[in-house]
Parts: sequence; C-alpha cells; structure tokens
Amino acid sequence: MTVANAVLQGVFLGAFYAVLACGLSIMFGVMRIINLAHGDVAVLGAYIVYVIVERTGVPAFVAFAVALPVMVLLGYVLQLTVLERSLKSGILTPLLATFGLSIVIQNLLQLVFSPDVRSLGGSAGSVTTASWQVTSGLSVSALGLLVLVVAVLLFAALQLFLSKTRAGWIMRATAEDADAAELAGIDSRSVYARATAIAVGIAALGGLFLGIRSVFDPVSGPTQLIFAFEAVVIGGMGSLWGTLLGGIALGVAQTVGAQIHPQFAVMAGHLLFLAVLIVRFGGGRLVLRTA
Amino acid sequence: MTLLQVEALDCRYGLLQAVRGVSFDIAQGETLALIGANGAGKTTLLRAIAGAHRPATGRVWFAGADITHMPAHRRVELGIALVSEGRRLFPSLTVEENLRVASARRRGRWNVDTVLDVFPLLKPRRHMPAATLSGGEQQAVAIGRALMSNPRLLLLDEVSLGLAPVVVDAVYRSLGDVIGEGATVLLVEQDLTRALQVAGRVVCMLEGRVVLQGEAASLDRDRVVSAYFGLRRPA
Repeated sequence: MTVANAVLQGVFLGAFYAVLACGLSIMFGVMRIINLAHGDVAVLGAYIVYVIVERTGVPAFVAFAVALPVMVLLGYVLQLTVLERSLKSGILTPLLATFGLSIVIQNLLQLVFSPDVRSLGGSAGSVTTASWQVTSGLSVSALGLLVLVVAVLLFAALQLFLSKTRAGWIMRATAEDADAAELAGIDSRSVYARATAIAVGIAALGGLFLGIRSVFDPVSGPTQLIFAFEAVVIGGMGSLWGTLLGGIALGVAQTVGAQIHPQFAVMAGHLLFLAVLIVRFGGGRLVLRTA
Repeated sequence: MTLLQVEALDCRYGLLQAVRGVSFDIAQGETLALIGANGAGKTTLLRAIAGAHRPATGRVWFAGADITHMPAHRRVELGIALVSEGRRLFPSLTVEENLRVASARRRGRWNVDTVLDVFPLLKPRRHMPAATLSGGEQQAVAIGRALMSNPRLLLLDEVSLGLAPVVVDAVYRSLGDVIGEGATVLLVEQDLTRALQVAGRVVCMLEGRVVLQGEAASLDRDRVVSAYFGLRRPA
C-alpha cells in the first residue's frame, strides 16, 4: 500500500514538474531555445504573486490572476528585445543569453527581496491543508489533485490551440520551417514573441504552485530548471503530451525512490533521466536541428 | 506597366557571390522564364525578390515601391508569393492547414475551395498531413499555398524538379489556368523547351550574371543553349 501511495503522490508531484516543464518545452519546440532562465522566471512569477499578496492581502490565486498578464507581457518583451537578437547568431548564443538572464534575475531578486525564504502556502486558503483519506495507506491531498487537474487542463488546452486554431497552425508551421513560414506571409518574430509570452505565463503558474507547495528564495530557480529539463527530456524533446508524461514519470521516480531511502528521492529522478538519455540518444542519435 | 524591377542586384553567401549586378524588369501580366545551369544564381535571385535573402547591394522595386529591405512576410502582403524549390511544406500540418496558414489579408479569387478546384487531386487529401503526400501532390499544395495570398507576382522555383513527366504536365496544365487569369509569373525552369513554351520572355543567367534576354518567340534555340552553357558570350 505504501508503494501505491508513493506512486499516487509521485503523480501529483510529477504534474507540478510538468507545469514547470511546459514552457520550457514550448520554447524548445518552437524556437529550439533551451531557456536556462526558465526556473528563475518561474521564481520571479512567485515573487510577483507574493508582492501582490503582501500589499493587498488577496488570496494567492487572485494575486496570480493579476500577475499573469504582467508575466505574459514580460515574456513578449523579453523575446523581442533579448532572445530575438540572440537567435540570429547560431544555437549557442541563446543558451548564453538565457544563462546570463538567469544570473540577472537571481541577483535582482536578492537585491530586492534579500535571501530570505518565502512561501505562498499561507495565503492559498484551505487547499494547502485539505486532504481525503481513501484507505488507511492512501491519501489524496487537495493541492496535489488541484495541480494535477490544472496540469491536464493546461496541456489539453495547448493541444487544442495547436491542432484546432489557425494561430496554432501558424505556430507549428513556424516551428517546422521558419523560413518557409515567412515566405507564406507569417511574421515569425511575432510568432516567437507569442510563444515566449505563453511560456513565461505558464512558468509563472509553475512559480505559483512552487510557492504554495513549499518555499522559494531568489536562487530556487536552477533546481526547478533541472527538474523541468529532466521532464522535457524524459518525455521526448518538444513533444507536449510527452512533457506531461515525462513530468509524471520523474515525480513517480522521486517518490518511489524516497521509499527506498529518503535521500535517494532526487537521485532516483536523475537516474531515470540518465537511463532515458542513454536509451533514446545512445548510439549517436542525438541530432540538433540547426536550420 | 512595370510590376517588378530589379536593379544591379548583388547577392552573397559569405565570400561566394551568387548574383552579380543583375537588372531586369517584369511587366504586369507577363510570364518570364529564368533559365540557366545549376549554380547560375536563379534560386538566390528569386529568394532575394521574395525577401528570404538579403542582397548585398542593389534595389528591388515592386509596383513602384522600394522593397529592398522589406521582410518576406510583408512582401507577401504586398502580393509577392514564392513557391520554393523542394516545396517546403509544413509536414505535420494537413493540406487544408498548409493552405490556410498562408491566407493573407489580400482579397482575390483564391481560397481553399478555389485552390482545390484547380488541383482536384488534392480534394481527397484535404485532411491528410502534408508529409504523407506524393511529390506531385506536395507540389500542388506548394503552388496552392502561394496562390492563397492572392499574389500579383508569382515566383515559381523549379516546380517540375523531382516529379514524373506526367505529373509535371498536370502541374503545368493547372498553372496554365493561373497564368490565363492574368497573373504575373516569374519561373525558374531547367527544362528549356517547357520554359520557351510557357514564357513570353526569357532571361538566361550564367555564373550570377544575365547573359541573354529577349522574347521567347524571337530567340533561336541554339543561341539560348550557348548562353545557357556559356559556350559563346554575346557581345
């Protein structure tokens, strides 16, 4: 029963990783950018929610509704001002640019908020503590379930957007062949800016869940990035549903690993990640698309 | 009326100069064939006109406006559409989605239904991913996608490349309908006979330069062949 419970808790944890990984997956899928600042962007989102909660006293979910448009706009501007330029000079430059961005965000957060640890748990209402005991060994937390439901809805909404709307087709067309898309009358700069805006908005959602689930400080980003990155790779780079499954696989590996030994949790996730890397990309099948 | 005017255009890829001081123009309603051996600079010239390649020097004028520095997607809005060499479809998108992503704001007769009327072979494939189509079907989608923007100038880059002769005939028959509608067409074609058949005027390129141009009817085939291979340069 404890194993079943560990798997269930792993699914909930994995859904959280999937939300974090979603934006990373979008940016990689559309622009082939590996955004090393993704975790820091999520933490920035958590801080913005935190500031709104502190100033106005509204619940964290309400504060998120205010923070979301701010983050979306930030993503749009970030793409047009920084990432757009870096994309023009090969595949290495965006990696370096986002690495620099990561350091800038961390230091700005240190400067403004000090290295103190914060949490949004207290301002999220009863959802953080409520749970249902299914059997003696199996319990479902309201927060875990909420994150899972939101994650599934998020991925379903993105899937619908990409497969059913013209804006979604345009995004896929640009991802597949940006040069041909331009020649078909598609403004690839604007498509990229929209993709980053969506990715940053979803990162903020990940930041909200991070802050409610546990605690964050200005340097929490890189750890979140690693889990998000592992989820993307386990699920198959650039594949949307794969990212959700990859996040869940990572979460389950961690919670089941914790059953073996509490200190083995994170390591179990890394081992799964390495195993997937070896199985999928062993034998020189890792090919980076450069054009 | 002159629709497109290319003025002393130079295009480079690093140190390689693909197009050297090319000038020519196309009148409204004209069909012009660009011929020349592999590596003569035809594709680069077409891509520079469409905005996919930034020329080093020179100017491109379209309908009286200087568009030399305009990005490709805005040229599509003005009415320039390129059918790229190798089709360049969006493989995961269906035929209809490939067509609909390209529908610009320009008004005209072309929409998904009229394109499918001209290329009836695509009708049963409408909801299939472009990756699953045959070469001829893909070429039809590529031409259809260019038509969706209701272009005033249609640029065709080797639409017959890699297709069976019977398919090429079908593609050109459909193009005949399009050209018959009074569209202005600039086409690159390896097949000399076909180029001279379809086009009113021919421009022959060799090593990045225009070496011969004139009315298709007035050019004798031997002169074109020698210009094509650079056997005897015209004075």
